[in-house]
Amino acid sequence: MFEYAPAPESRDIVDIKPAYGLFIDGAFTDANNHFKTVNPASEEVLAEISEADSADVDRAVAAARKAYENVWSKLPAAERAKYLFRIARIIQERSRELAVLESIDNGKPIRESRDVDLPLVAAHFFYYAGWADKLEYAVADPRPLGVAGQVIPWNFPLLMLAWKIAPALACGNTVVLKPAETTPLTALAFAEICRQADLPPGVVNIVTGAGETGRALVEHPGIDKVAFTGSTEVGRQIARAVAGTGKRLTLELGGKAANIVFDDAPLDQAVEGIVNGIFFNQGHVCCAGSRLLVQESVAEELLDRLKTRMATLRVGDPLDKNTDVGAINSAAQLAKIRELSQAGDNEGAVRWSPPCELPDRGFWFAPTVFTGVAQSHRIAREEIFGPVLSVLTFRTPQEAVEKANNTPYGLSAGVWTEKGSRILWMAQRLRAGVVWANTFNKFDPASPFGGYKESGFGREGGRHGLEAYLR
Amino acid sequence: MTVTPTIPADSGLAEITSTAGSLRGFLHGLPGVDQVGAEERAARLATRSIKKSAKAEAIDLAVSMVDLTTLEGADTPGKVRALCAKGMHPDPGDASVPMVAAICVYSDLVAEAVRALAGSGVGVASVATSFPSGRAPLEAKLADTRRAVEDGAGEIDMVIDRGAFLAGDYAKVFEEIVAVKAACGQAHLKVILETGELVTYDNVRRASWLAMMAGADFIKTSTGKVSPAATLPVTLVMLEAVRDFRARTGRQVGVKPAGGIRTTKDAIKYLVLVNETAGPDWLTPAWFRIGASSLLNDLLMQRRKLTTGVYAGPDYFTLD
Amino acid sequence: MTERLSVRKTYKLFIGGAFPRSESGRSYAVNDAKGTFLANAARASRKDVRDAVVAARKAQPGWAARTPYNRGQILYRIAEMLEGRRDQFTDELRGSGLTKTAARTEVDAAIDRWVWYAGWADKIAQVTGTANPVAGPYFNFSTPEPTGVIGILAPDGPLLGLVSVLAPAILTGNTTIVIASEPAPLPAITLAEVLATSDLPGGVVNILTGHRTELAPWIASHMDINGLDLTGADEDLATDCEQAAAENLKRVLSPTTNDRATDPGIARMTAFLETKTVWHPVGI
Repeated sequence: MFEYAPAPESRDIVDIKPAYGLFIDGAFTDANNHFKTVNPASEEVLAEISEADSADVDRAVAAARKAYENVWSKLPAAERAKYLFRIARIIQERSRELAVLESIDNGKPIRESRDVDLPLVAAHFFYYAGWADKLEYAVADPRPLGVAGQVIPWNFPLLMLAWKIAPALACGNTVVLKPAETTPLTALAFAEICRQADLPPGVVNIVTGAGETGRALVEHPGIDKVAFTGSTEVGRQIARAVAGTGKRLTLELGGKAANIVFDDAPLDQAVEGIVNGIFFNQGHVCCAGSRLLVQESVAEELLDRLKTRMATLRVGDPLDKNTDVGAINSAAQLAKIRELSQAGDNEGAVRWSPPCELPDRGFWFAPTVFTGVAQSHRIAREEIFGPVLSVLTFRTPQEAVEKANNTPYGLSAGVWTEKGSRILWMAQRLRAGVVWANTFNKFDPASPFGGYKESGFGREGGRHGLEAYLR
Repeated sequence: MTVTPTIPADSGLAEITSTAGSLRGFLHGLPGVDQVGAEERAARLATRSIKKSAKAEAIDLAVSMVDLTTLEGADTPGKVRALCAKGMHPDPGDASVPMVAAICVYSDLVAEAVRALAGSGVGVASVATSFPSGRAPLEAKLADTRRAVEDGAGEIDMVIDRGAFLAGDYAKVFEEIVAVKAACGQAHLKVILETGELVTYDNVRRASWLAMMAGADFIKTSTGKVSPAATLPVTLVMLEAVRDFRARTGRQVGVKPAGGIRTTKDAIKYLVLVNETAGPDWLTPAWFRIGASSLLNDLLMQRRKLTTGVYAGPDYFTLD
Repeated sequence: MTERLSVRKTYKLFIGGAFPRSESGRSYAVNDAKGTFLANAARASRKDVRDAVVAARKAQPGWAARTPYNRGQILYRIAEMLEGRRDQFTDELRGSGLTKTAARTEVDAAIDRWVWYAGWADKIAQVTGTANPVAGPYFNFSTPEPTGVIGILAPDGPLLGLVSVLAPAILTGNTTIVIASEPAPLPAITLAEVLATSDLPGGVVNILTGHRTELAPWIASHMDINGLDLTGADEDLATDCEQAAAENLKRVLSPTTNDRATDPGIARMTAFLETKTVWHPVGI
């Protein structure tokens, strides 16, 4: 008894056009080449998307420069603020539509796009709207940089857009943003929102495309700032390309976060935190808690509870309101997850997944946990970026810190214990930009986010997020 | 301690409850409950969307789980008889509506309820032990209980001594439950924790284990006389406790949220909570009850909405 | 054809989210700059002060417990509703003697001022809070918390002045009792109508109209008020009030002649903030 009936969110709320142009200087313009964006849950083609070449990027950067020189930098800060407040309000007004669109294009469950992504997107614009006319309270003599070239990933398409555009505009910059090639639709919807808000043309430009478009943007001599969120590999390339140009750079890259559970942890909540840490957004999260470090004395009990809990995860249609785990974003990503999981098997870790039926079409991977993982295994070192958890054990706090830090990454970490002083002791020693204690994967516009080491540099969010866009 | 409760010998619990010190050590050694995390989990489960056939089944299940309750100073035999009639035939115009699980009354009205419900299959539950405060000598509580059982109550809803619990005298609370359990004989014992007075989820978890180790057949959130009464996170913590208790001892204990559950939407949230926390084994009136009065009519209204396709109004359902 | 007779508004007090008349049953005539009758305003009594303090105290814990983000959203909503009444406020300010252009400028400045403060709700702690590097194994941080219930003697700038003293007091989680401008109280009550329809919980702002010199001493001496803003008091009244406020050590903001056209800074917010410092050991 109590199989939930299908509860699909209505798709009628969104209107996907057959084809989309580039958003440059306040208008949609066509490009020479096109590519398709698909629904990863069904492999259905959603729309034809324009692929910006270097000439298109030139035009976008020129439009952004013109808007910067003639309009945006001359506007009183309070008026900039009011534009951003408008955008925040329109996002709130259209939030369900945007959530559905995000889930269709990305594959993430509607529960998450509706309850996590969209509220955070609106909140981010609200937060930075408020900063626009208060910059001198954060930084002495705040001056904008000029034109920002921004490249964002496919895991939180609209949220990453908000993280990039809101602070940039608040600080007085104009932007050219390239969304990921597999998830361009909400960025294009955002372009329409800019028009509803009467944002002056050229302040926000959206150029769609893949790696080549991104390269054209970050290497363009007309931009003053590069902001990138994505893989550490591409981040390294960008850092090389930007070297010596004088462009300002912030990078938010990969991670292999340790989620550390002590034997005095609130176990039921720790289990939730582990699940939320690695299965939220199908594990397509740079700060995902992909390495569970559990104290040996409680490992067996915790893993029993974790497996019981994993068996209740509902995998399937992203638009079903009861779905917990949706589709993998692309065939390429699915192949990568499979390859690394296979490596886990080969290296002798023990794989477990709850019984779950995966749809025939689309890209799917069952929630998976590997036990018996050693630090030397690939699945303990490489970012899988999927719903795959590697479990390791430790005996003492020192050992937990040592193992947690034993990675080139340093984006985030989790600590679970009811002892406050130990939380702070661990937090002091963990080489990670965000430490969650007795919670995981929490985000707020007021809270700075970003990595140590090869997880990147610069912070997004909070007062610190302004520094990336001010001179 | 003088009385030994009935728990399997291999669970190790007999030893735990053998001294006040070991009992306290065990209860304080249970994993803590992080308030924020527990409330987040309950809130997230509350976003489940139960539609169509699943909703129809859930409504009927919820009706069959209702302990239809009247616990007022102004209760009379007439009021109890009316409630019994309602419990046996919730919707006079629709025989397919299941009857409720039990009628819950004060102990002096048990005989009236037993007469009214004879042969119907609807149970009679009685609150006892100086409900709702529980502030009376043990002898009075036991007499209250025996009287209700003698009059035919099949279920006893006792209250724990919250004062003793908050003072840290777990052994006293334990022994009292054991004594009431003995006085119940064959009657099922529901132990009311009054979670609104225990305040913290850590206390709720400890009290749940204490009651289960002392022999409770059910653990129940509230009397309905203290605010807050039943809440989703409190019920979540109690469902985790019965799940863990069965895993450890093999014995299944039921859960009953009571008070403040007034709408179908609320009731379905509780069923989702049961389904995804303790599991489907608890999704029967034998292991999950909802203590309520006004909830029943809302369930009937929503049920009719599903069958007719139009929203119903309160004038079309009986007020008893 | 005769001109349509207008339906006039009764201007009442604003206490606990409701609009009661003064319990005293009194009112006073409000005239425009030329001496023409505009309306009768309620003339509040000391008992209205007492009721307003009860309402403000009751609302305070809940208002302070809202997330700063939520308070910011509500304040922004108030700005939206102010914008919707732009013409009404402009007319009312012209009644107090301003030209149409000056009235419009004042209304626009008041709306923008409100937006400016709305943005502060989730930032003031990031500007005034600190992590303190103490010499020992302790994590130590300081955060601002609202002072509590604040009595405000509003200045005579009937809208921008009122907004400039009210918004900074409430956005941090304080609740308030405001004595409106005595000669020009009407925009304050219209502002109350905006507040009453903007998701602001009842009791966060309570507005009394009446005689400043009659009401101010009751506020200044009230033992359940934690802070006092004397912006609208003249020198003698301010001194008396400050002395009375010393009894329970109210935080007092003395009258200032700051130019309300410029960036007001954060002093009006920090005047009614306490600083809380927390120590916690760091260890295994």
